[in-house]
Amino acid sequence: MPRLEEHCWSCSCSHSVKTQELSSAGWIVCKTGEMMSIITAVLRHAYGSLHSLQSANLMRRGLVLFIVGVVLALVLNLLQIQRNVTLFPEEVLDTFFSSAWWIPLCCGTAAAVVGLLYPCLDHHLGEPHKFKREWASVMRCTAVFVGINHASAKLDFANNVQLSLTLAALSLGLWWTFDRSRSGFGLGLTTAFLATLIAQLLVYNGIYQYTSPDFLYVRSWLPCIFFSGGVTVGNIGRQLAMKCVEK
Amino acid sequence: MTVRERLRQNISAAFYRHGLLCASYPVPIILFTSASILTCCYPLLKLPLPGTGPVEFTTGVRDYSVPSHESQGNLSERPDWYRGPPVAYIQQVLVKAAVSPWDNSLVPVDVFRSPLGRVFSLLEEIRNHIYTDRSLEALCLQVTDLLPGLRRMQAVLPEHGCLLVSPGNYWQNRRDLFDADPDLLKTVHQHEPKGLHTSATLKDLLFGVPGKQTGVSLYSKKRVVTYTITIALSSYDARFVASLRARLKLLHPSANCTLREDHMVHVHFKEEIGIAELIPLVTTYIILFAYIYFSTRKIDMVKSKWGLALAAVVTVLSSLLMSVGLCTLFGLTPTLNGGEIFPYLVVVIGLENVLVLTKSVVSTPVDLEVKLRIAQGLSNESWSIMKNMATELCIILIGYFTFVPAIQEFCLFAVVGLVSDFFLQMFFFTTVLSIDIRRMELADLNRRLPAEAGMPPPKPGPLRPRETPPPPRPSPHTITLQAPAFRNLRLPKRLRVVYFLARTRLAQRIIMVGTVIWIGILVYTDPAGLRTFLAAQVSEQSPLGEAGLPPHLGVAPVFPGGDPTSTLSVLPAPEPTPLPENQSQGHRAARPGVAPVSSPQITWGPEDEELWRRLSFRHWPSLFSYYNITLAKRYISILPVIPVTLHLSPQEAIDTRHPQDTHHAPPPSIKTSDLQTDLTLYKVAALGLFAGVVLVLLLFCLYRVLCPRNYGQNGVPHGRRRRGDLPCDEYGYSPPISEISPLLLRGHSMDIECLASDGMLLASCCLAGSACEAESLLGADFREPGGVAMGGPDVDIFPIRRRTNPARPALFGDQPDLTPLIDTNFGSLPPSQTLSSSGFDFGELVEKAYQEHEPSPTLAFPPSPPASQQRRRSLGDQPVLPPELPPQSNGDWDSSVWAMELRGNLIATGRSSGKLEIYQCDLICCSYFLVSISLMKMEIVAARLNGSLDFFTVEINKPLGLLQYRGPPGRGSLPPSPCYSSEDVISCQLTRSVQCAHQKPITVLKAAAGRVVTGSQDHTVRVYRLEDSCCLFTLQGHSGGITAIYIDQTMVLASGGQDGAICVWDVLTGSRVSHVYGHRGDVTSLVCTTSCIISSGLDDLICIWDRSTGIKLYSIQQEVGCGASLGVISESLLVTGGQGCVSFWDLNYGDLLQTVYLGQSSEGQGVRQLLVLDNAAIVCDFGSELSLVYVPSVLEKLD
Repeated sequence: MPRLEEHCWSCSCSHSVKTQELSSAGWIVCKTGEMMSIITAVLRHAYGSLHSLQSANLMRRGLVLFIVGVVLALVLNLLQIQRNVTLFPEEVLDTFFSSAWWIPLCCGTAAAVVGLLYPCLDHHLGEPHKFKREWASVMRCTAVFVGINHASAKLDFANNVQLSLTLAALSLGLWWTFDRSRSGFGLGLTTAFLATLIAQLLVYNGIYQYTSPDFLYVRSWLPCIFFSGGVTVGNIGRQLAMKCVEK
Repeated sequence: MTVRERLRQNISAAFYRHGLLCASYPVPIILFTSASILTCCYPLLKLPLPGTGPVEFTTGVRDYSVPSHESQGNLSERPDWYRGPPVAYIQQVLVKAAVSPWDNSLVPVDVFRSPLGRVFSLLEEIRNHIYTDRSLEALCLQVTDLLPGLRRMQAVLPEHGCLLVSPGNYWQNRRDLFDADPDLLKTVHQHEPKGLHTSATLKDLLFGVPGKQTGVSLYSKKRVVTYTITIALSSYDARFVASLRARLKLLHPSANCTLREDHMVHVHFKEEIGIAELIPLVTTYIILFAYIYFSTRKIDMVKSKWGLALAAVVTVLSSLLMSVGLCTLFGLTPTLNGGEIFPYLVVVIGLENVLVLTKSVVSTPVDLEVKLRIAQGLSNESWSIMKNMATELCIILIGYFTFVPAIQEFCLFAVVGLVSDFFLQMFFFTTVLSIDIRRMELADLNRRLPAEAGMPPPKPGPLRPRETPPPPRPSPHTITLQAPAFRNLRLPKRLRVVYFLARTRLAQRIIMVGTVIWIGILVYTDPAGLRTFLAAQVSEQSPLGEAGLPPHLGVAPVFPGGDPTSTLSVLPAPEPTPLPENQSQGHRAARPGVAPVSSPQITWGPEDEELWRRLSFRHWPSLFSYYNITLAKRYISILPVIPVTLHLSPQEAIDTRHPQDTHHAPPPSIKTSDLQTDLTLYKVAALGLFAGVVLVLLLFCLYRVLCPRNYGQNGVPHGRRRRGDLPCDEYGYSPPISEISPLLLRGHSMDIECLASDGMLLASCCLAGSACEAESLLGADFREPGGVAMGGPDVDIFPIRRRTNPARPALFGDQPDLTPLIDTNFGSLPPSQTLSSSGFDFGELVEKAYQEHEPSPTLAFPPSPPASQQRRRSLGDQPVLPPELPPQSNGDWDSSVWAMELRGNLIATGRSSGKLEIYQCDLICCSYFLVSISLMKMEIVAARLNGSLDFFTVEINKPLGLLQYRGPPGRGSLPPSPCYSSEDVISCQLTRSVQCAHQKPITVLKAAAGRVVTGSQDHTVRVYRLEDSCCLFTLQGHSGGITAIYIDQTMVLASGGQDGAICVWDVLTGSRVSHVYGHRGDVTSLVCTTSCIISSGLDDLICIWDRSTGIKLYSIQQEVGCGASLGVISESLLVTGGQGCVSFWDLNYGDLLQTVYLGQSSEGQGVRQLLVLDNAAIVCDFGSELSLVYVPSVLEKLD
């Protein structure tokens, strides 16, 4: 699964080289091709190992997490677009659901990766997560995550620093309320770091942009969102994993 | 730490008292809580209802001044949005024009062509109106481009200039275009959207009146055209408007017009929520509902799950309402969008406390009083609840100091919400919970009562008969005695409701009535103009055609204003005034009734005063939105209309005709109008049908939601969850079965083969042949001397004291600690008392046994068998035997025990080697081949494989009176063995022997009520009298070997055979009462209660039959290998064994009540033996262990 993350990486990196010579349409085609190849690779790999029950479980969990990621990305991105936080090129908006098509795909993949990584990490560290393992808590966590996004998009703060600090506190509160595990914290931080980096790269290459960026090219609260998102998805992933184990 | 502890104690005590209070006075507390909720919600009435409808505020025109931006405190009646200037002042000029008198020579187009044509001159007049060098251009609202998306409207709507709209806009305000237009209607309608539309259409915008009232159609009945010229003014100049009004009135005076002109209406529009903005909101709500669902799903072990879930949701919701209400009361008006923050508030407040409370209360001991249970549950969780609440308050307090207004407001709401939620939890939910628990206990009580005493208890729990619900028809093999069976058959409540619905067809009738009422309401409230349309159709006599009827309008024009007087009264038509300047009131009043046909009459009523109210409430926002001006959160001021009346002469109408107009009038056709009516009726019918279908679907969905899908099927979700290998569910929360905890008795090395008990002692033997005796001492009822004596010193502490006798080595091992005890107990308890308190037949035996112990209390028992041999030898009437004993006993342990019986402290076992052994705690008596034995009082009946039946009498004598046992004649395999005791002597005497009781091996033997019943491979059942071993009956009726027999003290005899048949016999007459086939394969065990027969077979199916009629009520599929393990605890409680667990079933309904797991690790060990003790304990084998399960709640709740 980390291979996927690397794929994404290589996508964004290689893209930076290509952008100069490729027109945007051509680039999209190229990007689609890459995406498709990733997906087919994953699918082939998955089909190859489908005979074992565990990998079927893994596939199912991954699929669920992917869908969750896609839906969350669509909804939350819509929120951001409405408030003119993120700006996409106009032709992108007309194509698909008012957000670029690759946003939900990327977010879904990332969600699947993170959500599968969490239980995996728990397993390897040998400390299974036992804190508040129930769907109600997971739902609560998701609601708080959406609420954090909502706040980031809709609340009018005096300045960006205040907003970022508030959101950081909220994210930490989310982690403390629903996770409380070292691995969760670490993985959340890693996710936030990587995702912010990717976002920086994307913005640097002009795929999209943020209004009033204050942290290099992006908004400074972006890491908080990614962190809480990682924790939330990890929560869901753990719950799914536990469900599967119980079965 | 001490402070913390003390605090904790105090809190706990306070909660305890509170719980007592709540459970003691449920009704007053609920009333009080409801009253406080209502009080707190009262301020909410002042809040505007959510929605996007505009809000109005009316001021006078005369003293109007633009409101200042600052809110003025003294003007409390002013809404808070009424600040600053409005977006625009709307001045409407309402024109009513008619061609009068009407002439038969006129064609329908004349109704509106010339009246519409007059709009251009009016427009000219208005545009050129100047009052003290102020023209309209200076005052009006200047608009720029239309929005880019509205290019097709560019030709119609004004751009770069005054926002002045009128019907003339259709023709670019040019008279020549209008005159050249061959088909006015087509021009008007070409901009109309196709299909259903809810917002304002272009026609509405330009005409300024609702489309139906314009009168611009070919078949208008009234022939009056109404339209407005709408002017949007950016600033208000009272004098200019007054002069314009005066000028227009002068030019076109309106007689009998009494419109009020002194009120200005300010309309405030709220923010409109688009679909895109709704998506995140909807997502949040979906997550919220998922949260609520997952939370309330955890409520378990209560009477009504739905009721409690509802109470929980009500608690949360009303706490939110209370918080909003309280905040409003103290002057904090919510500026946040309530719908948006609401889900987050729910999440912050959460349902956790409620669930924790429920869990804690239901896990308190069941045998306590309800009050105490509630109080205990509350006080158990008090600390965590308080801690959570303090934490949440702290977090919110931190949030409050972010000094972001929105967050502060949210926090304020959340604090008030949390506090009110706490209040509601403590008062409302706790009380509801106490009521629920009490109801559950009442239901339990009813269920446990005997059938004749208890009414059918309401039990809404899911029905779980494994195979069939209580059958509407008996199975084919049964004897058909239907009618009384159904009277007795108590269906579950839900099934009864469903049957009731099905019988009375209530649902269909309700749907039908609902549809009729709905259609009626539809017709009479007339939301779609249906009634007026129908009325118009009915009264449609005029020969006017219907061509050009736009399909999407679908409705004929109706009388403006819906004023019936205006249509019914044929008033004298005024004389046509050729020039409006000349017309006067006198003119028109003087000429009544010139025209033979009804001439159009222009009337002004109060409904014309604010004709804009009839427009869509999106009229103004959509007009302004075309120019990218939003009215959201702003307001417009609507000035009183200026009425203009135009009367045109027929000549003028004819002059303005377009050459094509005359071709335009098609012949009238009644048919089309009929068709129209028919079409309407079809529409209504289709609508009704559609509504009915939707209702049915809705009900179906509701039904599916409310009733579980596994209705009448396997209890899949619940059962499987319960049957998981861990006794806790996926939430890590184990159902409170703590009071039913299995107690494991170890001691056997191999699987347990036989179990026997007399309620006090428990004997078991395993495949290895060793017999264990355990003691089950349960409750005060059995505290008789024997029990106490056997129990040892720790009786009072442990409900059971196990005493294992791994028969041979420790045969006497336990004895030494027994002796002193016997002393003390017998010193304190007189024998008479023990007799009276004992409910057993063997009371004498026990007494005797221990009396015999009494003389030698200090005698130390021999610690080993050799010693016992010594003793025997010393007693020595049988010099032959002692050397033989050790090998014999060694051989004994190799043969397995096939049958075992226990009475008092006598254990009789039959071994596969054919020996009958009787132990008195530690006595080996005698042994013979046998299959089945039965121990009755002092008599032992032994059945043998060869079909013979032996009756033994057991006597216990003083040591001196040692009797020797005499073996049965003709059985010379073993010499007669004497029976020895250390002190007393138990002698077994073969009193009688029936040599050929059966032709084939006896398979089963039961004895009760002075009868011995044997079943054999020869397909017969024989009944013997115990006293004289006389065969009373030979019962024939089975077509296979007999495998199971049940007989009890009430002489109920049932037998089951290898053919799967079950026969019920009358023991007194020997006749067969009923005969049913229920199993594929052998019937392995049979139990009867007063109302039903429970049978189990080799097919692992447990069937419950009605005893009187023999109708199968339902059946339960058991797990493989556990088929025979079943027992009846009380009249309505059945216990069955499963893989590593025992399950309790409600006999009356077939509900699975509870499953008790015997061990944490069930490696597929099924419960094969199951024995029900008299004191509601269950003993079952669990591999090599015995498991003792108490069911205290069953019996103790009886009283």
